[in-house]
Amino acid sequence: MPKSPGRDTRRARGPGDGPARSRRLRRGLSGAAAALVATGTLAACGGGGSGGTPTLTWYVNPDSGGQAKIAAACSDASNGAYLIDVSVLPRNSDAQREQLVRRLAAHDDSIDLMSLDVVFAPELAQAGFLAPVPEDVASDVSEGVVQGSLASAKWDGKLVAVPFWANTQLLWYRKSVAEAAGLDMTKPVTWDQIVKAAQDQKKLVSAQGRRAESLTVWFNALIESAGGHIIEKNSTNPDKIQLGFDTAAGKRAGEVMHDVATSGVVGPAFSTANEDTSASQFEGPDAGFMVNWPFVWAQAQTKVEAGTLEKSVPQDYGWALYPQVDADTPSAPPLGGINLGVSSFSHYVDQAYEATKCITSDENQAEYMITNGNPASSSAVYDDPDVKKAYPMADTILASLDAAAPRPLSPYYSEITGGLQREYHPPAGVNETTGQKADDLISAVLRGDELL
Amino acid sequence: MTTTTLPPGKKTEPVSAPPGGISDRSRAERRLGWMLAGPAFVIMLLVTAYPIVQAVYYSLFNYRLTDPQNRSFIGLGNYGVILTDALWWQAVAVTVFITVVTVVVELILGFALALVMSKALQSLRPVLRAAILIPYAVITVVSAFSWQFAFSITTGFVNKWFAWLPGIGADTDWFGDKWTSLLVICLAEIWKTTPFISLLLLAGLAQVPDVLQEAAMVDGATWWQRMWRVTIPNMKAAIMVALLFRSLDAFRIFDSIYIMTAGANGTESVSFLAYRQTISRVEIGLGSAVSVLLFLCVMGIAFGFIKGFRIDLSQARGER
Repeated sequence: MPKSPGRDTRRARGPGDGPARSRRLRRGLSGAAAALVATGTLAACGGGGSGGTPTLTWYVNPDSGGQAKIAAACSDASNGAYLIDVSVLPRNSDAQREQLVRRLAAHDDSIDLMSLDVVFAPELAQAGFLAPVPEDVASDVSEGVVQGSLASAKWDGKLVAVPFWANTQLLWYRKSVAEAAGLDMTKPVTWDQIVKAAQDQKKLVSAQGRRAESLTVWFNALIESAGGHIIEKNSTNPDKIQLGFDTAAGKRAGEVMHDVATSGVVGPAFSTANEDTSASQFEGPDAGFMVNWPFVWAQAQTKVEAGTLEKSVPQDYGWALYPQVDADTPSAPPLGGINLGVSSFSHYVDQAYEATKCITSDENQAEYMITNGNPASSSAVYDDPDVKKAYPMADTILASLDAAAPRPLSPYYSEITGGLQREYHPPAGVNETTGQKADDLISAVLRGDELL
Repeated sequence: MTTTTLPPGKKTEPVSAPPGGISDRSRAERRLGWMLAGPAFVIMLLVTAYPIVQAVYYSLFNYRLTDPQNRSFIGLGNYGVILTDALWWQAVAVTVFITVVTVVVELILGFALALVMSKALQSLRPVLRAAILIPYAVITVVSAFSWQFAFSITTGFVNKWFAWLPGIGADTDWFGDKWTSLLVICLAEIWKTTPFISLLLLAGLAQVPDVLQEAAMVDGATWWQRMWRVTIPNMKAAIMVALLFRSLDAFRIFDSIYIMTAGANGTESVSFLAYRQTISRVEIGLGSAVSVLLFLCVMGIAFGFIKGFRIDLSQARGER
């Protein structure tokens, strides 16, 4: 055969043409799809144009439609000052952060308001992606807010986001199991006590051992309860951040994590267990104790209504403050929730901050808590009789929020949580050198000497 | 024996061409070729060459997306960090493992399926082909989710169905260990992309001329002899093209790992590592360097195949 120039080989058709052709076709199709999307986006952008009522776009985390409802209510209440449209972010909080950071880094002006997970604010604020909070708004929205939520909305001593709703984990227990084990749940209990009670009663302790953010949530609660911190000395310079994994408190936290994971009462797939796994374990016949967010209560009620869960099961649910690491040292429960950020690339910063006042009003927070199961960040909401009726544990949630410790606030949070998850997973493999390793790894990653 | 069709070169060679030069006709043809391929070539440059060049450029910087002011040129520093990091080599090992295992199994299964398709009754063939192709039409993320649900300890049915096998019980945690996780990831990949290989091989099978088979049969060759000495040598080019395409594809595995383990238990692939640095950590410089290394690996595989196995892509098009 002739060592042919390209053109000759194109003449005949053979098997090689098949995939190449289909790929060309696919490329054509995706081009057409991209064009369609582009026109759609352009049309959507037209809505917020000059003149008339400005339309604020609020990027929300997925919920049961509560934020969309609040958006509509606040649009009406603004008397034509603004309209709020919601745009839904991915389900997973890592993916939410990835999308927001990418868009903001590209100075995307289609974002006005954002629902930010409690750990996002420092990174966005440090990068200059958040518009400064006007002083009157700052004093307005920080009044009567639980301390953990307020702390997570601050960076460098200044409020950079508006606390919206706050979340915390409780210790859930089956009243029957605790009673049989002779555990007095009116007093604070330790991890050791609940593990022992579960072993005696041959029941489960449900926690989250999956390599995910939930592992950081757990570890942070343990180290804070032991009196330490993941970040000992904070800094905006990544080389100067001092970590606390290899301290007495860090070691004690690792010890508790290891002891729980190897106790034999955490269920068969602990290293992949997430919040949903825990919740379904806790509805099952072997349920004993569980640390989890309050959504489990609303979920159980929904299942009872749908007829898929016996009514007696949630009646057996008890709740208490997060377990202690050491007796006599109060626990520091995990803190979650959402703060509202206003993009500095928005054309309507003033209107957006006006809107945050409406969104985070006590009425809206109470309504959101009852309908969507997400606890309020304003303490006054917990006195609302409707909230008390829907959440018999409202007082415990408020007490837990007051004692809660936020996860490390740092612009380099994703490095810290990523490194922690790499070293502390699987939890059963944690030993006394893990703290040192996590310290070394994360410090090296922050210096830019290692991959993550 | 491998020459089965008339070489078309004879017919198209310009007979009147002066020795050493090109004829007017072939010059015109070449110009037409450029005009036809030109727009596509320019678009390819825009959508592939430009990002590649930019990635190479960024890979020389210490550049964090959220901290653009402190961008600094560090030369090959990022490459030094990556190549001395155990995590990189672990990711390479996992990726090579997945590539080798899936491609070998897919080749064998794909060949069997191609034989079934080519031998099936004329009336059954379209149905059979569609049935075999369905997994390939499924979006990778969707397939990864369904495999994950199947093997999951809470929602899965696998533990129940296969409980009679030793080592599998209601409590088998497939995603709790490196090798069982990799097994599920490989199974999902094999299920999904075997149709691709079998389709390429089916086209190769169709190329083997019946006269050769008949001649071999007349000579008294057994089925195995015909397979090894007639069929496979005649479709070597098709096999190599299938292997090449699949290896390049398999080396870039991302979706299944992202969905099933998110890199837990040492199951990270090279693509996943690049994603983590670039998208999660927004370290554009470091992430670009990982991507460039991944690109070089893929280039290496392509060159290795073409030079090492002497694949002549034009041969696969039935020109020789």
